[in-house]
Amino acid sequence: MLDANPAYRQRPSRRMRDILYSESFRTAIYQIALAGAVGLLGLFLYQNVIENLQRQNIATGFGFLREISQFEIGETLIEYSSRDTYFRALVVGLLNTLKVSAAGIVLATLVGFCVGIARVSNNWLLQRIATGYVEIVRNIPVILQVIFWAAVIRNLPAPRQALDLWGTGFLSNRGLTVATPASDPAHLWMILAFVAGVALMVAGDRWAKRHREATGRHVDILWPGLALIVGLPLLVWLAFGAPHAISFPERKGFNFAGGSTVSPEFVALMTGISLYASGFIAEIVRAGIQATPKGQVEAARSIALRPRFIMRYVVLPQALRVIVPPLTSQYVSLIKNSSIAVVVGYPDLVNIGNTVMNQTGQAVEAIAVMMLVYLIVSLVTSTLMNLYNRLVAIKER
Amino acid sequence: MTTASPQFPAALPAYDPLARISAGDWLKKNLFGSVWQGLLTLITAAIFLRFAWFVLDWGVINAVWYTSDPDVCRAAAGACWAVIVEKHRPMLFGLYPYDEHWRLVLMMAIYLVTIVVSLMPRNWNLRLLVPLWVIAVVSIGVLMFGGVLGLRYVPTSEWGGLPLTMLLFTGTVLFGMPVAVLLALGRRSPLPVARGVSVVFIEALRGVPLITILFVAVNVFPLFLPAGVEVNKLLRITIGIAIFFACYQAEVIRGGLQAIPRGQYEAAASLSLTYWQTTRRIILPQALRICLPAITNHIIAAMKNTSFVIIIGLFDILTATTAVMQDPLWRKFYVEAYLFVAGVYLFFGYALSLYARKVEGWIASGRI
Amino acid sequence: MTKSTSTLNAGDPVISLHNVSKWYGQFQCLHNVSLDVGKGERVVVCGPSGSGKSTLIRCINRLEVHQEGQIVVKGLEMTDNIKSIDAIRRNIGMVFQNFNLFPHLTVLENLTLGPTLTRQMKKADADELAMHFLRKVRIPEQAQKYPLQLSGGQQQRVAIARSLCMEPEIMLFDEPTSALDPEMIKEVLDTMIELAQSGMTMIVVTHEMGFARTVADNVVFMADGRKIESAPPEEFFGNPREERTRAFLDQILKH
Repeated sequence: MLDANPAYRQRPSRRMRDILYSESFRTAIYQIALAGAVGLLGLFLYQNVIENLQRQNIATGFGFLREISQFEIGETLIEYSSRDTYFRALVVGLLNTLKVSAAGIVLATLVGFCVGIARVSNNWLLQRIATGYVEIVRNIPVILQVIFWAAVIRNLPAPRQALDLWGTGFLSNRGLTVATPASDPAHLWMILAFVAGVALMVAGDRWAKRHREATGRHVDILWPGLALIVGLPLLVWLAFGAPHAISFPERKGFNFAGGSTVSPEFVALMTGISLYASGFIAEIVRAGIQATPKGQVEAARSIALRPRFIMRYVVLPQALRVIVPPLTSQYVSLIKNSSIAVVVGYPDLVNIGNTVMNQTGQAVEAIAVMMLVYLIVSLVTSTLMNLYNRLVAIKER
Repeated sequence: MTTASPQFPAALPAYDPLARISAGDWLKKNLFGSVWQGLLTLITAAIFLRFAWFVLDWGVINAVWYTSDPDVCRAAAGACWAVIVEKHRPMLFGLYPYDEHWRLVLMMAIYLVTIVVSLMPRNWNLRLLVPLWVIAVVSIGVLMFGGVLGLRYVPTSEWGGLPLTMLLFTGTVLFGMPVAVLLALGRRSPLPVARGVSVVFIEALRGVPLITILFVAVNVFPLFLPAGVEVNKLLRITIGIAIFFACYQAEVIRGGLQAIPRGQYEAAASLSLTYWQTTRRIILPQALRICLPAITNHIIAAMKNTSFVIIIGLFDILTATTAVMQDPLWRKFYVEAYLFVAGVYLFFGYALSLYARKVEGWIASGRI
Repeated sequence: MTKSTSTLNAGDPVISLHNVSKWYGQFQCLHNVSLDVGKGERVVVCGPSGSGKSTLIRCINRLEVHQEGQIVVKGLEMTDNIKSIDAIRRNIGMVFQNFNLFPHLTVLENLTLGPTLTRQMKKADADELAMHFLRKVRIPEQAQKYPLQLSGGQQQRVAIARSLCMEPEIMLFDEPTSALDPEMIKEVLDTMIELAQSGMTMIVVTHEMGFARTVADNVVFMADGRKIESAPPEEFFGNPREERTRAFLDQILKH
């Protein structure tokens, strides 16, 4: 019955005063005013920038990216020399940012989960110690922590008197040197085998779910899955004749030979930012564990679910829903915190961007490049997060 | 209490929250519940005691508390707290002219009194606070800048140490909170354009590290201004940190705004209140109370974030300490010096969170 | 055709709804509802949940926006003109199912907020007015308490007093007793009955049929967004014309 009376469908023609006082007119006016103000401000700033740059004879545009950088970088993941371009220098910086962030995320997650679980331990002493740790690392500025660790490493003994880590490596003011397996073609294949194992486990999980739904029989793929993930790379390793040569570091002159070394700057930065983040991650984990109400476990027990299923189907999904979103934003903030690398001289994106900025004088463009990169990282992460949230959100009205 | 009601088995002990459990029971419950737990307790205790002993041995028993000779410290097996005694003035006051340090001491006293007085609910009336703050700002300005009353002029480039950290922090919160509220309201606004502008602003700034915003404040902001107009670097940096702070705080406040039931808006509308009346009298007071814990967290974070100015060469307490630690004679005792700085941050952070907990208590009891 | 003039002849309805329709997206929740309420008239609107009765009275002070038809209050048509919205809202008090008191303000502050902010009343006068209405709803002693310290029934009476402090000519009640425990319903209904006896124009959405029988001049039954039937209470309860009304009454009166 959509046959509304046509007489009322059209409003009578309105007088000027009616229009001036109408809500829709007001809404439009406010918005036009706001958009205009923002636009004018933007235009004003833009014109000032252009004028100032012209007056100071500073070049504009991103042409400088193709110029030769003429500076060296101490630590690079890809080949780089002072004859390469600014662009390549920035890429080196970005890769270094990603390197220290990746390592930091792993360390922060490991420490954070351990401390977080200790935070809810029913062992009073452990719980207290964990709480103290969290309070301390969270409340000291991350920059102070990084500077502190850099000072610690700087004051470590020189390579000659380096601390021997039980034969597996050395800790000195040149950084951390550890024994690593001698490089071998098998390694690449082992990584591929590991990926294949993970993929098989995911596929197996899907199959098990369908199988359970079709037949009602539960097939537990946890152990076969783990066996695949560990076993496949192991098989590959055996197939390559089990190459077990390990490169041990040795003291040689003023430095080490063999093994692999991570620079003191890297160690200081990574330790600082990841321990700082670990405090926050611990709190997230604690909240996640406490998020599943006792009643849920009791309800699950009352329908005679086995403990493993309670964990898998009741506790874990609810805990993850609480843990994953803030955990991701912690990862993002760890990546952003790595931008303080310049205080210890680690050549990350911002550090190199800063050098580029000082050499070219093109502050606007150099800062824009840095901001853009971080913005992309943040936006990609938050997009993935939103997708995840939509996937797992409890359907509530 | 002991007479069991017929519905309940008599074996059920009555719950008495005030009942004290014996020490033995407590130990059993919290430390030695099972073999594994007992083992865990023993191992943890061993490690903890070892560490505690080290701290005591290093930090107290063998520590050197007072000497002006670094060699005395070098000879000792413990901590050299003397480095703090010896270097406290450059650490706390940075580059500020040495003979004028008394001005900073006075400034910090005025600052702390003003803050403490302002935080007490019984002083929350404008007739007290407005004059107090006017006097505080003027006298702090006179003390810091000088140039009048026979005081030597000290440009902001020579300001430093703890007073600088305090000023950065206070400026960040005082300037950032209103911006945060406006951004949060913008993001919840019925006007799509206001929403769009706020979302883009908030998300863009939250997406980049603070350090890039400080670079903008230092290197790009001057370009934004017409020729001949200059804004002091310290002020630019404060604005930079404040806007960054505001974007995070805006998201917190938005959470609070979302928690206000629609009925509150409707009740306000039925009383014919305007948008701003509704926002100021009904919505914000409730929203800010709801998200107070998260707001405090970000205020504490803002205090920690002031330390980022080390990268752009402002002499806050951390930069000053790092500079002092370049002194080859005392360099070895960096742990003591940084522990001191960490202690300062921990102290103020703890004080803030303690106060926030108090405020939450007042809110819960309806006192404010 | 339009009644944009505010001159009102005696006997004209204070509220006049003409073919009001409203959609939520594709879903039409009000179908050409027409309703006239005269000065001092008490109308009770009832119907099953989801019948659009709440939406209807929320349209009258524009908490919801109707898309078609006309709503005229005291000769002023409800359009999106902010002046007329404001004028109409000042004439209408609204009482909600969930009270919607402002929890951060004391009872007294809840009452004086409207008068001081929108009617520019002096604080002392507003306090006096507030106490007057608090006495009317019989809880003057709770003036300094916060809403959440009161019982549901007391809160709803405060909400009624808050609306009265705006000195409206019309009161709308949106299921005022639905969120209350049974023992508190009576105190709220008593307050409403007193209000009705004082000659207030009222539109009440409620399931309290006893209340409808006692005070209503007119009972409106709604279902599926349509006005099904409207009659004085004796006729409505004694001899309902429509089958749906009868079914509804059977259901609601049986318990």
